[in-house]
Amino acid sequence: MTALALTAPPRTPAKNAAASAKTPLIRAENVSKIYTMGDQTVRALDNVSVTIEDGDFVAIMGASGSGKSTMMNLIGALDVPTSGALYIDGRDISEMTADELAELRNRRIGFVFQQFNLLARTPAVRQVMLPLLYARPRPQDPEAMAMERLRQVGLGDRADHHPRQLSGGQQQRVAIARALVNNPKILLADEPTGALDTKTSEEIMALFCRLNDQGITVVVVTHETDIAEFARRRLTFRDGRIVDDAINTLRRTPQGGPS
Amino acid sequence: MSFFDSFEVAWSALRANLLRSILTTLGIIIGVASVIVLVAVGAGARQDVETRIASLGTNMLVVYSGSSRVRGRAGGEGTDKELSEGDLNALHNGVGGVMAISGQLNGAGSVVFGNANWTTTLSGVHPDYLTVREWPLASGRDFTPQDLRSSAKVAILGQSVVKQLFPGEDPVGTTIRIKNTPFQVVGVLSSKGSSSFGRDQDDLVLLPMTIARNQILGKSGVTPDQVGQIYIKFDNQTNLADAQEEIENLLRQRRRVKAGDEDNFNVRNLAEFMKARTEVLSTMTYLLGATSVISLIVGGIGIMNIMLVSVTERTREIGLRMAVGGRRRDIMRQFLVEAVSLCLIGGLIGTVLGVASAFIVAHAGEMAVLISPSVIFIAMGAAAVTGVFFGFFPARQAAHLNPIEALRSE
Repeated sequence: MTALALTAPPRTPAKNAAASAKTPLIRAENVSKIYTMGDQTVRALDNVSVTIEDGDFVAIMGASGSGKSTMMNLIGALDVPTSGALYIDGRDISEMTADELAELRNRRIGFVFQQFNLLARTPAVRQVMLPLLYARPRPQDPEAMAMERLRQVGLGDRADHHPRQLSGGQQQRVAIARALVNNPKILLADEPTGALDTKTSEEIMALFCRLNDQGITVVVVTHETDIAEFARRRLTFRDGRIVDDAINTLRRTPQGGPS
Repeated sequence: MSFFDSFEVAWSALRANLLRSILTTLGIIIGVASVIVLVAVGAGARQDVETRIASLGTNMLVVYSGSSRVRGRAGGEGTDKELSEGDLNALHNGVGGVMAISGQLNGAGSVVFGNANWTTTLSGVHPDYLTVREWPLASGRDFTPQDLRSSAKVAILGQSVVKQLFPGEDPVGTTIRIKNTPFQVVGVLSSKGSSSFGRDQDDLVLLPMTIARNQILGKSGVTPDQVGQIYIKFDNQTNLADAQEEIENLLRQRRRVKAGDEDNFNVRNLAEFMKARTEVLSTMTYLLGATSVISLIVGGIGIMNIMLVSVTERTREIGLRMAVGGRRRDIMRQFLVEAVSLCLIGGLIGTVLGVASAFIVAHAGEMAVLISPSVIFIAMGAAAVTGVFFGFFPARQAAHLNPIEALRSE
């Protein structure tokens, strides 16, 4: 918390982002999410309102149970709010059908997970192709698109490798290539460095920074402060509310890694 | 996701657990194989009976003389007053729709050619006999009315007799001796095979009715104008049940059966009798088929079980697929395709095994076996239906997973 200052809203979009101030990429309005467990109700998100502009790089922080994972699930269109409205790319996801949510995830969102979630016994290029197989219309040459993304994350020569033949950092790069293959607007990463050592973590974060510089919106959920320091903006959750929304004035700049 | 992609995913999933996949399909393999074998055996038996019905001749009725009762003891068929040439003529002229008619008077005797001899059935027949029985000649000529009138010493041989007396030779034109009387062989019958009672129908010699009755069979207690059984073939327009009634009325009159008394003759429709056997066989085929359907169901339950395991094991993968844009129907289809592929592979192996076993059964058991392509299609179809039916529940289970929980599962 030391290196941060200046609580945000209303905040200005990141200077290099080609964002339109009219329609933010993500806009939450009084979003609540309530889970019922038996006769107990858990208010995972409590009246949260926040906007994330196109091209931003946001770190979502908080202890476990703070609501950060719930927020991530909503931003990822994996779930819908109990009340309130959540607009992604101008459309309220609480109004969407399951199929429409699936299509939104397919076209607009790229997921990166802590445990990589790669398919066993499947070569890297096929991992990366996966979202394209669910895209409609199906692209002409998904393999070529997948190869291009693998090259982008520096794994062009590992296309035939199975997950077991790759290091943790390489596996996460494959996962990032998979997240990017459909040209999403949002790259949504849930503890992307949680299973990686410090050096590899920084390489992965450097990759995120580079992708963000190229214009993609990055949202990283993490509980590690030094990972959050790569973001432009930091949202801190506690008990289902945003307790801190700060511009990262002392942003870490990536050292090393492919650029 | 395209169908081809689903198939590819299913295939790699099945290959990843090869042994498990094979064991799972065993139920389907056995089910399909047994459907094919049992239906093949059943259909073979039925076809066998059908060819025998055809070998009897179609649209045919047979008249036997009845059994006589001597002091209360029934003497068996043909022991009552014999059917005569008069009866035969009356039937020919008095019953509608008669196409051809012939008596068949049977006896046994030894046939000699050169050094070889063979004891066989000797049948005196009228010239229409082969027409009635729909029994074509293999070579030579049929009897003529002239043969009958002149008591010509001519004979037509059955295939089994030819085999015994003329191995590798054409007997037409040669002279054989029957009960020391020389007969000229004028024709050879085509083979009819064994009857439904296992009797070799080709083991006989046909002779004109007149010479047979007067010289050959006469010594064994044959009355002057008896004709044995009478075979009658009707044209296609004739209803055999009506014809049977006509025959019965006419013969009751001629043979002076009093009203209320039992007939002293029998009219039989052999084809009807055989058809009843066919129906029994059909029922049996269906029953056997139904039994093997049970093994298909058991196999299907095995598939369902393993698919549920597969869904549980791959929960995370399902979550991932949903996260990257897989819709419920995509997930559903993936698992359905997997279940159906399992069943179709099982069906294919089962078909190969079933056809092979059917051939082995046919060979070893000397049973008639008939494998029709339709049975294979039906068996494969049944396998596919099993896959869809038993794959549906696990696939639905997968499709309705919550993506968040699925992604979080271990």
